[in-house]
Amino acid sequence: MKSEHIDMSIQHHPDDELLVGHAAGELPEAWSVLVATHSALCLDCRARVYAAEAVGGALVADACPVEMKDGALEGTLARALEPRADTTTRAVGTRAEMRDTKPIFPQPLRDYAGGDLDGLRWRRLGRGAYHIPLVSGRGAPTARLLRIPAGRPVPEHGHNGLELTMVLRGSFTDGGQRFGVGDVETADTDLEHQPVAAPGEDCICLAVTDAPLRFRGVFARLVQPFIGI
Amino acid sequence: MSAARRGLSWSGPSSQLNRLKLLQHDKPSHQEDASPDWNALLCDVARQDRAAFAALFAHFAPRVKSYMLRLGSDPMQAEELAQEALATVWRKADRYDPARAAASTWIFTVARNLRIDAFRRRNHPEPDPNDPALIPDPPASADMVVSHKQDATRIRKALAELSDDQREVLQLSFFDDQTHTQISQTLGIPLGTVKSRIRLAFGRIRNLLEDEE
Ligand SMILES: [Zn+2]
Repeated sequence: MKSEHIDMSIQHHPDDELLVGHAAGELPEAWSVLVATHSALCLDCRARVYAAEAVGGALVADACPVEMKDGALEGTLARALEPRADTTTRAVGTRAEMRDTKPIFPQPLRDYAGGDLDGLRWRRLGRGAYHIPLVSGRGAPTARLLRIPAGRPVPEHGHNGLELTMVLRGSFTDGGQRFGVGDVETADTDLEHQPVAAPGEDCICLAVTDAPLRFRGVFARLVQPFIGI
Repeated sequence: MSAARRGLSWSGPSSQLNRLKLLQHDKPSHQEDASPDWNALLCDVARQDRAAFAALFAHFAPRVKSYMLRLGSDPMQAEELAQEALATVWRKADRYDPARAAASTWIFTVARNLRIDAFRRRNHPEPDPNDPALIPDPPASADMVVSHKQDATRIRKALAELSDDQREVLQLSFFDDQTHTQISQTLGIPLGTVKSRIRLAFGRIRNLLEDEE
């Protein structure tokens, strides 16, 4: 299946059921941020999301109609013609159009990060690594940015659920595979994985997890309660 | 796999077993093969054509209302959301591109985004077509406009060719606000089976869409 992917520079994609869940509007926000960010860079996954949305469209077109109230058409038109501001909310941040250079982060991610890579305030995570929480909530999947120093491993960890890691800058290797910009690594509970950033450049990732990570290092265990990861 | 992925706990109301009975109404049919050209009508709406809007409204508003009801709205809320969705269709019709999607697809995404906004109080993250960081779609051709006209018909045909099991998981995903975990509980099948059914069903639909392009 995955060999059909058109953009050969991206080798690792999110699973189809995540793309379908995103299109259906059923994914928790953290997963959807990752799917949308990946889709901005991956033509093939964007096409798959479109196809899944077309399924939603066909299902709605085939739904049993439920009668609207009397005067609904007139009411809707009156509502549509009311002047109003576009309610699309965007985080304060640099809109790409105003910049000289192409942003590193695609748009849905800039909304959540409050801007592009160059304006971020990183929080220390220990061992030279940094992070920025983007989406979090009790019991809900969390999304955050991770910055792993060049040539260094992410602190060894296992986790309780699914973890997706998308590379935004630089690259890392894990289990003999290379993950470059746009690639998404899918890791399960079973997988005791150890991503190592490639030498030469810090690796910036978008990491989404179901459940709080269980870092193994003594130091990480000590700080975990305080930094809330 | 199933235990491993169980953590994918998508939020949403608890399973609604009774809704399953409604599914049979949605068995794909071919009744609409002679239906109006919704894509062209939606383009007319972008030019403020009220007659075109009335035609779209008559067809889609009751179906969007049905979608909202199925997803757990009460009747007043469903009416409200359907009206709001169609009002959004009027206001944003100029953003609709018939080379990129069928009208039904675009209207579905408008309704879906409204629902997420209304129930979860957040936006649906999506790539921005004008973002310089986006890898742009290949240029659209006239063929693509023609091709998307057939989307709904082709998908309906593809849905009809799926096994009942496969169709059911898709309908539950899109229509019943059920996470994959909840679907596995509703149907009493392992989560891994839910996921593989979705993947198979979606793969078959994609093949059918591509074959006929
Ligand atoms: Zn992809």
